[in-house]
Amino acid sequence: MAEPMKIRATLAGDVADIKVLMNHVMETGTRKDAKTGQLVPAHHINSIVATLGGKTVLQAEIGGAVSKNPFLGFKVKGAKAGDKVTVSWVDNKGDKNSAEATVG
Amino acid sequence: MNHQRRTVLKGVGSAAAVGVAVAAGLLKPTAAFASDRAAFDAKGVDAVMKAIKATGAADSKDIVVKAPDIAENGAVVPVEVTSNIAGTNSIAIIAEKNATPMVGEFELSNGATGYISTRIKLANTSNVRAVVKAGGKVFTAAKEVKVTIGGCGG
Repeated sequence: MAEPMKIRATLAGDVADIKVLMNHVMETGTRKDAKTGQLVPAHHINSIVATLGGKTVLQAEIGGAVSKNPFLGFKVKGAKAGDKVTVSWVDNKGDKNSAEATVG
Repeated sequence: MNHQRRTVLKGVGSAAAVGVAVAAGLLKPTAAFASDRAAFDAKGVDAVMKAIKATGAADSKDIVVKAPDIAENGAVVPVEVTSNIAGTNSIAIIAEKNATPMVGEFELSNGATGYISTRIKLANTSNVRAVVKAGGKVFTAAKEVKVTIGGCGG
């Protein structure tokens, strides 16, 4: 199952600087296993949704070209200290994970 | 250069894009984008641009693509895209020479600013292209990253 992810949200003025580190292998499906020579099946995050204070601020569709253990940084204007940030993802095998943090 | 092959690939890419777009449109007319994976099957930059509805994007100096000039490890290339275009509502990142050029599209709403930072894989020395959608218009900018060791297996 999915491993935990890390979210850090810091406030500068009224802009929340949100950084997310997800745990995922992000296999492209084009890489070969060094021992068996077989293609390693694709296994990567497909969709990411982030909310701040209950409103969707980011909706992403990504593919296997994002590095292993994806990092994502974004900024949201109009945030206040104490606002809740949630980030959730779904991968191509239907695995999902979500985490939340507080802006501060 | 094998022109015929390129044409065939383009044809396949766009046909798939249309099929998925129609299917997505039937299911969710207002949120076709959210379930549209066609861009990830598209081969070649033109096909990707078509799949994300960004053909004819205008070059813009208001988009800053920050990435290293030389990446020693293509598996982890930090990329930062900042769009200073007012009303930016989506940023897409394309690695032009990857087998799957589409890296991701990030739709911004409710105060999210025109900024995305992430780490991507690059198979070869390639342009990293950002495509920004703002107020119904499409803009683009690119930066070349030289890669010494590719990051897409092999």
